[in-house]
Amino acid sequence: MNVRNIVLDKYSAKVYKNRKEHIMELTEETKNQPIAANSRTIPGIITNRGCCYAGCKGVVLGPLKDVLVLTHGPIGCGFYSWGTRRNKAKTEDGRNFIEYCFSTDLQEPDIVFGGEKKLRQAIKEAIDIFKPKCIMICSTCPVGLIGDDIHAVAAETEKLYGITCMAFSCEGYKGVSQSGGHHIANNTLMKKIIGVNDTPPKNKYSVNILGEYNIGGDGWEVERILKRIGYNVISVFTGDGSFEAIQNSHMANLNLVQCHRSINYIAEMMKTKYGVDWIKVNFVGIKSTIQSLRDMATYFGDKELAERTEEVIDDELANIAEEKEYYYSKLKGKTAALFVGGSRSHHYQLLLSDFGVSTVLAGYEFAHRDDYEGREVIPTIKEDADSKNIEHLNVEKDEKKYHAYLTDEQYQQLKSKIPLEDYTGMIRHMENGSIVVDDLNQFETDEFLKLLKPDIFFSGIKDKYSLQKSGVLSRQLHSYDYSGPYSGFRGSINFARDITMGLYTPAWRFVTPPWKNRSTLKASLAGGEE
Amino acid sequence: MLTMTPKEISERSSLRINPCKTCQPVGAMYAALGVHNCMPHSHGSQGCASYHRTFLSRHFKEPAMASTSSFTEGASVFGGGSNLRTGVKNVFDIYNPDIIAIHTTCLSETIGDDLTAFIQDMDIPEGKYVVHTNTPSYVGSHINGFYNMMSGFINYMAESTGKSNGKTAIFPGFVNPGDIRELKRILKLMKVPFTMFPDQSGIMDAPMTGNYSMYPKGGTTIPEIVGLGDCEKVLALGELTSEEPANILERKCKVPYSLMQLPIGIEATDKFVMELSQITNEEIPYELEEERGQLVDIILDAHFYFHDKKVAIFGDPDTVLGLTRLVLEMGMIPKYVLTGTPGEAFVKLANNLFEQYGVSDCIAKASGDLFELHQWIKNEKVDLLLGTSYGKQIAKAEDIPFVRAGFPILDRYAHSYSPILGYKGALRMVELIAGALMDKQDRDASDEEFEIVM
Repeated sequence: MNVRNIVLDKYSAKVYKNRKEHIMELTEETKNQPIAANSRTIPGIITNRGCCYAGCKGVVLGPLKDVLVLTHGPIGCGFYSWGTRRNKAKTEDGRNFIEYCFSTDLQEPDIVFGGEKKLRQAIKEAIDIFKPKCIMICSTCPVGLIGDDIHAVAAETEKLYGITCMAFSCEGYKGVSQSGGHHIANNTLMKKIIGVNDTPPKNKYSVNILGEYNIGGDGWEVERILKRIGYNVISVFTGDGSFEAIQNSHMANLNLVQCHRSINYIAEMMKTKYGVDWIKVNFVGIKSTIQSLRDMATYFGDKELAERTEEVIDDELANIAEEKEYYYSKLKGKTAALFVGGSRSHHYQLLLSDFGVSTVLAGYEFAHRDDYEGREVIPTIKEDADSKNIEHLNVEKDEKKYHAYLTDEQYQQLKSKIPLEDYTGMIRHMENGSIVVDDLNQFETDEFLKLLKPDIFFSGIKDKYSLQKSGVLSRQLHSYDYSGPYSGFRGSINFARDITMGLYTPAWRFVTPPWKNRSTLKASLAGGEE
Repeated sequence: MLTMTPKEISERSSLRINPCKTCQPVGAMYAALGVHNCMPHSHGSQGCASYHRTFLSRHFKEPAMASTSSFTEGASVFGGGSNLRTGVKNVFDIYNPDIIAIHTTCLSETIGDDLTAFIQDMDIPEGKYVVHTNTPSYVGSHINGFYNMMSGFINYMAESTGKSNGKTAIFPGFVNPGDIRELKRILKLMKVPFTMFPDQSGIMDAPMTGNYSMYPKGGTTIPEIVGLGDCEKVLALGELTSEEPANILERKCKVPYSLMQLPIGIEATDKFVMELSQITNEEIPYELEEERGQLVDIILDAHFYFHDKKVAIFGDPDTVLGLTRLVLEMGMIPKYVLTGTPGEAFVKLANNLFEQYGVSDCIAKASGDLFELHQWIKNEKVDLLLGTSYGKQIAKAEDIPFVRAGFPILDRYAHSYSPILGYKGALRMVELIAGALMDKQDRDASDEEFEIVM
């Protein structure tokens, strides 16, 4: 019996029926079969998933350093999303809103009589103290239920105070995971911010990095490399991100999509409205970074840029060559399992393979089918009630601001060469025999761990310590265990260093006390042998 | 850091900035984790359980298992009954706990899910338990959630057979496993037969074995919780945390209780130890007297580092009151004492302490936030900041020595293994406080002022 069936077999009929659609053991045959994703978690299952609010406020809006993000609801949601998702941000004037947590801290009477009055007053107080250029209001579960009209309050705020104010109905119960919140945040950034400032870019090699949250400084490392080559990075969405830079992002000629799941909506909408092409990039991993840099050069089709790209690649590679070899010798032959939000389980497999580590299991917490199977399956994804509840924004071409870098002919030519508006998904890069699991849960984690025995399990905080208690190294890929950056060339070395020290920590040898081994040697076995 | 925080304090009635509390369910989850073979279950959308597990894991560096009803919009409209039924069945099927402890969230509270009715209608496997408590996030704080969950267990399970089991029940309050271990050590020294409830030691500080168990060895057992009704009495530690469950047990099973200060500092620990000695009529052993003497000795030895130093203390009400007593005993001035948890009793108790020690111009506030505390500090600086990890921002902004104590501490290891309760815990706090003050003196000293011996 295969590993997948051993794990599934322990479920009751109902749970079995549901979970079997989410777990795949890859073979030539299954590789082309659909996997169930972006559907409800079964109640009672210990899932690692978060909620719509976490996706909207925590992931996309949280990193905007010049925006006062106000959580409208009881205190918990605001408190938990205060300084807990890593997204480093630098400000020149010290006005960094990320250090603060703002909430209306709703009390029982507000739930009974409505919280709008309190929200209006909180906004007034926030403006008096902080004088922000932009306020974003994020609603939590009870606010949606009691029907506070946060959008009306936002519109009123704009009129009254002459600042930008937008509201996000990202109540936790919407959709089935954080994913719905990303979509809601994307829609409003598109509607209200992108396209506001038409300052022309410094050069034609102007790009935005989308879906890069600057965990441990990843965005800064990518920017450093791109600037060395000669690119002009207009904005990063949304690591070290700013409301101000995003207003100008539509002037770029190319969008680079790092995390496909959280931000592909914006990439698509900017293509339709402003003609900005996008390619799927991956700056995690040495080979991946090189490939992405070459794809970018191919896109811009400039000989000098292509040469400069190769020069920078050679130089960066030379700088890490010695360390790369050392860590390769320490890591080759090891196996890994990865369970992260979206996209990263794919990205990190490629980085691991740079160091000779193979992946035995990978899964996404809140992916959709296209993240696993590639964008060509998008038309075949059936919409269910939960996804219908998330607004789908239809944008149109903005005749005045539309600009295309490529001619139609050039576009068609390039389409076959680089991932232009394309993402092939994670499965295509995975070996036969490995396991793919959507929305992996605690029970399955424990079971797969016993069966597959990976050397490292990359995951998040909620399962990290249970994995380590089983004697397997676990590193958090949501926070990098407060290390990083892991992107680009230098980042790859940081990553290899971190997992090498994790695997080779001498204390692993002491997990079992010596007297346990001694006593088993002396014990007589059931068969009477010594 | 925090450069936008102005010195001028403006009246705020609606905007909470940098809170000093969080919501009820995380407290309920922590209480339930202190019960053996128990699965905490969050009845709401799955983000709540995810946030709460994350915070507990980050504080304790341990797994914090909990299941969730995983509401989507449908459940929010039609009620969560079906999600709960499915959820409870799956939890028993897959994770096989002996007991499921359900707490509500602001979502299930707002739609008015009737948990009592849901649970009555359930098929609960033979010998297993399902209990619940209501923990609306828009009332109180995580402290309320903690004692509400204790009350939930008592309401469902505690029984009085009419025959005493000769034990004293100890309600330790919202403290770390290291504190609970310290209480248990003292109880054993005092030869008091006891039930600790809840008891996260062994669970939220479980050892590395190479074999993960979802239900580690520790925790209050089901017979112990049932047996709470037959206890001789309850020592409810933490005046603002432990009264409610003690009161419920008294009403339900007629077990009397003594409401006591959380034993932080000399005097509160003295009271606790003397209370124990009254229970058994045993003399207080020399071992404890020796520890006490060591603690007093060190405070006196180092008194000049503490004398008249101003301290700002923030966190959970009973922890803050305890730390306030300790710093007063050390000769320091608790200039600002703040909790985010609402309740004016906190202010009254803090003011009593100021009066008892004759310190003036100190401010105590309940339902406050760290933005306000920071503004106070900007107006009149303190020499030491004492509280949770979120104080590190203020400490950095104002260059104040900072000692971590309370919940949550997200940026340190092993803190939850070491007590702040009892004489040993006080000694640890004294060491940390002296160390922080002396480190600053060293850091700021010019070369000619720099001393090896201090």
